[in-house]
Amino acid sequence: MSAARTAILNDIARGLGRAPLDPAAQAAVTRRIDSRTRNTVPLRGQLPAAEQRDLFVSQAQAMGATVNRIGSTETIPDAIADYLAGHNLPTELILSPDPDLTGLPWQRRPLLSIKHGAPWPTDMVGVALAVAGVAETGTLVLHSGAHASTSLNFTPDTHIVVVHGSQVVGAYEDAFDMLRAKVGPSWPRTVNLITGPSRTADIEQTLIMGAHGPRRLHVILVENQTA
Amino acid sequence: MNFQPLDFKANARKAMADPNLREALSRVQTNFSGRRAEAVARLPEFDQLRHDARAIKDHVLAHLDVYLERFEQKVVEAGGHVHWCRTPREARETILSLCRKVEAKTCTKGKSMIAEEIALNPFLAANGVQPIETDLGEYIIQLADEPPSHIIGPAVHKTKAQISDLFHEHHAKLGRTQRITDEQGLVNEAREILRQKYFDADVGITGANLLVAETGSSVIVTNEGNGDLTQTLPKMHIVIASLEKVVPTLEDACTILRVLARSATGQEFSVYTTFSTGPRRPDDVDGPGEYHVVLLDNGRSAMVGTVLGELLRCIRCGACMNHCPVYQSVGGHAYGWVYPGPIGAALDPHFIGIEAGQHLPQASTFCGRCEEVCPMQIPLPAIMRHWREQSFSARVTPPLQRYAIRLWAMAARRPALYRLGARLAMGALALAGRGRGRFARLPLAGGWTAGRDLPAPAGRTFQDQWRGARE
Amino acid sequence: MSAEPKTVALFVTCLVDLFRPSVGFAAVKLLEDAGCRVVVPAAQTCCGQPAYNSGDRGDAIAIARQVIEAFAGFTYVVAPSGSCAGMIRHHYPALFAGDDEMKSRADDLASRTHELTSFLTDVLGVNAVAAQFDGTATYHDACSGLRELSVKDQPRRLLASVAGLDLVPLPNAETCCGFGGTFCVKYPEISTDIVSRKTADIVATGAGTLLAGDLGCLMNMAGRLQREGHDVKVRHVAEVLAGMADGPAIGEPA
Repeated sequence: MSAARTAILNDIARGLGRAPLDPAAQAAVTRRIDSRTRNTVPLRGQLPAAEQRDLFVSQAQAMGATVNRIGSTETIPDAIADYLAGHNLPTELILSPDPDLTGLPWQRRPLLSIKHGAPWPTDMVGVALAVAGVAETGTLVLHSGAHASTSLNFTPDTHIVVVHGSQVVGAYEDAFDMLRAKVGPSWPRTVNLITGPSRTADIEQTLIMGAHGPRRLHVILVENQTA
Repeated sequence: MNFQPLDFKANARKAMADPNLREALSRVQTNFSGRRAEAVARLPEFDQLRHDARAIKDHVLAHLDVYLERFEQKVVEAGGHVHWCRTPREARETILSLCRKVEAKTCTKGKSMIAEEIALNPFLAANGVQPIETDLGEYIIQLADEPPSHIIGPAVHKTKAQISDLFHEHHAKLGRTQRITDEQGLVNEAREILRQKYFDADVGITGANLLVAETGSSVIVTNEGNGDLTQTLPKMHIVIASLEKVVPTLEDACTILRVLARSATGQEFSVYTTFSTGPRRPDDVDGPGEYHVVLLDNGRSAMVGTVLGELLRCIRCGACMNHCPVYQSVGGHAYGWVYPGPIGAALDPHFIGIEAGQHLPQASTFCGRCEEVCPMQIPLPAIMRHWREQSFSARVTPPLQRYAIRLWAMAARRPALYRLGARLAMGALALAGRGRGRFARLPLAGGWTAGRDLPAPAGRTFQDQWRGARE
Repeated sequence: MSAEPKTVALFVTCLVDLFRPSVGFAAVKLLEDAGCRVVVPAAQTCCGQPAYNSGDRGDAIAIARQVIEAFAGFTYVVAPSGSCAGMIRHHYPALFAGDDEMKSRADDLASRTHELTSFLTDVLGVNAVAAQFDGTATYHDACSGLRELSVKDQPRRLLASVAGLDLVPLPNAETCCGFGGTFCVKYPEISTDIVSRKTADIVATGAGTLLAGDLGCLMNMAGRLQREGHDVKVRHVAEVLAGMADGPAIGEPA
């Protein structure tokens, strides 16, 4: 235990007028953390499921993302190929190494060239899978792991994210509950909440897209299947 | 450029004479303040969220030692390290020794006010580790060798033309000789230059908007994505955070994040909110191999339980300065220390002493707008008044001001004498100002009449007339 | 209105007493028209803000004691100023934290003290005045009244009943005018810069008259408007509400 640590904890306790790490305070903290009590959750984050999806889409669009609502995972390669063609974008894709992505019927669109893993600086289009979409602000939730590259969310010019309708929730708290249920006690190294494409207003407060991260964020919302 | 807080008046004068700065500051008003108002109007629960956010921080501060220990425990469980530092020097040396451990030649840096507080960049550079700022605003002022002038818009004081000149001057040696003048072109050039630096850096340093005790996570919020590239690509991620950043749970983080972006930029949510917990796991695709949290005290533990303790709720959104009439006139550099605006006026004297920081809490109209918009409901004017009281009782307040106040108070405490004096003085003044009804110049009133006329008193005081007429 | 007239003690405020007694008489008229009996305790000077905001807590406490004493026993205390009323309501109790007896007296005075327009509307239920004012006016929300006492709608509601008055909104009406008590003489250049933004907003409305509820702010804005050569008349809102806006405006020759 470092001297600095002891000194800091002692100083804090002195200010609070009690012994450092006193048992009553420990108990209060344990209770508070374990209860995971929700504070105020905005009503817009508590809509019925169908309305949540609509809100998710409109909020994501308001934050500068484009959204394509499709029926099934089968057609994801088509949706991606059409999006890229429609925007004159490169057709080389780097996929986050998730079997749910790599196992898609990419052969349906032979013009797409597919890699997976962590991206190089030269990779221009990245495709990732979200674990949740949050309606209240149109936010995507992604996390790191053996099947997901975090740098892929940031280095390509175009970021395409697939999210399933069943994963769209109302509020951030719902997304964290889903994540807790999914990962158990081993919290991932990185959890990314992504809301629209990269931007900056550091030059005369003029909004410019594509500061360091993706210039474009395209969301593919798969409506009719559960993840 | 080297501004000192003690030179506040001269700094302010210089700032108000700078037309570029004036234009920039008027943009702060329309953009930040205007958009905040719109964002708040769109969320009916905003006030309730502020109330909750305040309660979270008050709870944390009442159990701060325990929360820090829980946070540390979780960081260690996830394979990371926490370094407790009492002083800026301890923090700087800790960071340098971590950089040396991986033989770092360069480190990329996300925006961090704590890095400014501990003056990290010059220290690293002097010791052979080149710090590279990656937030565009920070990158611009690093090129200009200036401190930030705003806590969320470090380069708000720079014009596009000045930035164009800076890029032209500094990027020429990188083979980019063409002058770029449009915003998109400037952003693209910085993006291209910094891109390789992210991949080349050995260490990535970020700040933290929050620390989460439940999971041992540090949280950063950016719009550019620079903080993510900074922490994901190098071998080591170092987080610099002051100790009041801790919150209990992810739920509590959600509440504070809901008020943060809305208060800061008027966005519904920032583009990238990232929770980082320990180093990359053995089978992770990418991520840093080491994760270190440098936890800075720098006198904060001594604020707990005092009148200054409320400042520890601050989430550094910048709303107070965006809405401050004084900040809008003088900008951030005039304050002369790391934190400008109302939060700086309340906080800086704690770090630099009331003698050096004496102007900062005095230079406020006490209009109360800062407290009104503060998402954490920090009573900033009351804390500035606390410093004024310290200043007065320690005789830091200049003698002339002290005597003037004491003399006036002496009169105000003797109503009969006061009425007599007022009758005579106002009678004389009224006589002198009878022709125009106001004074353009008046002995001893130069402070007032330098910029405005002084209305002349009517003549007989109210008390005098009332007592004459009714009693 | 009950038959028994309410007794109101007027806290004149030092600036009104010294510089513009007409505001005090306007307040008296408004209160008397609303059925009140007005008394003016002799032992009043100032609320103590200059000392309090300069960090001179000792003198602020001494002056507060004097005000608490002078206004003891009155059911209502009314000031034609949000700043002075705010001082009494919010800051007096804080000055006596730790002194139970004085704290309870300060709390008691605080609960009886009101800003003029807020007293007329919120306490007395007055929604209209019998006054005439021909012209266009705009209204600035002085900071203390707005933020410490929530005075916002009250003066506007009363002004809406003034015959002939066209009230136009002031952009950034809630932004400080730069007066700030002793601030304006300690940091005159900054204060001048702030008030110049305010005068630009005022002039942009095209209104012939500027109104507000605090004399300090009014003197600051009037002084700057006049220095800049603008012909905007500046008056305390009470003068217009009382139908006593026929005398010279602030800073105008008699």
